[in-house]
Amino acid sequence: MNDQVKVAAIAQKSDAADQGLLGIIGAVMLGAVLLFSAGFAQATVMHDSSHDMRHAMAFPCH
Amino acid sequence: MLKHILTSAVFAGIVAGLFAAIINLWAVIPMVMEGELYESGERTHFAVDGSPQSDAGSPSILEDPARHIMPAAFSVVVFTGYAFFLVAAFALAERYGHKTTVRSGVIWGLCGFIAFQLAPAMGMPPQLPATPGPEVVPRQLWWAMTVIFTASALGLIAFGRGVLPIAVAVVLLFAPHIIGAPRLDTYFGFAAPELAAHFAGASLAATALTWTTLGLCCAWFWTKLKQD
Repeated sequence: MNDQVKVAAIAQKSDAADQGLLGIIGAVMLGAVLLFSAGFAQATVMHDSSHDMRHAMAFPCH
Repeated sequence: MLKHILTSAVFAGIVAGLFAAIINLWAVIPMVMEGELYESGERTHFAVDGSPQSDAGSPSILEDPARHIMPAAFSVVVFTGYAFFLVAAFALAERYGHKTTVRSGVIWGLCGFIAFQLAPAMGMPPQLPATPGPEVVPRQLWWAMTVIFTASALGLIAFGRGVLPIAVAVVLLFAPHIIGAPRLDTYFGFAAPELAAHFAGASLAATALTWTTLGLCCAWFWTKLKQD
């Protein structure tokens, strides 16, 4: 019984750790998507509408 | 965990992005518009008589208020993206026992400024619209390499133990600049050098201010939303 509880606790702990890490990786990927679309995407409509901000923030954009 | 990161980052990104939009409109965008006068040829430096002088003065941002809406929206998007990186870094640091406080958030923000703005500016300074440059893709790759190397180096300096992490950090800090950013072998700029220099300085100062604000806001929302 005690062993089962221990196993369950360990499983839960590693689940929580993995979820934490997945959350961090997910956040970094989301950040990269936002950064790419606003700062780097070459499509004319994206470039023109973000133009002044890209210059002000020194993105290498054109 | 993801929800805590997302909510903190989105709130902080909106506040810092709007702050950036206001600072840029006040201190940086007028110079972008002035640079466009040289780009379009409306203003010429070294005019026909060979004289280097040209009129100084930026167009008013009120001339065409609508043009500033989309860049402001994009500045919220960019700073929300940066906020995701910062808050993810808070979460990663906390896994190793380094608690984030509002004060340490300011340091995180300044490190973000160093990694994302100051280090890339050494090879590719902020440039006015009237500045031709080399191919865009190699410049973007150099920018990404410089940001990743510099951020990793700062992480090693902050959290590493012993001499080895510091040694690796020094290599990472210098490598992009020894490799060197893509450059043209000719100067093509049309705009007055005073304007270009003022623009580069103002752009860096504005991003320093905004990154500090972003670090502060990220840490504030991160600690606040955790308690609730």
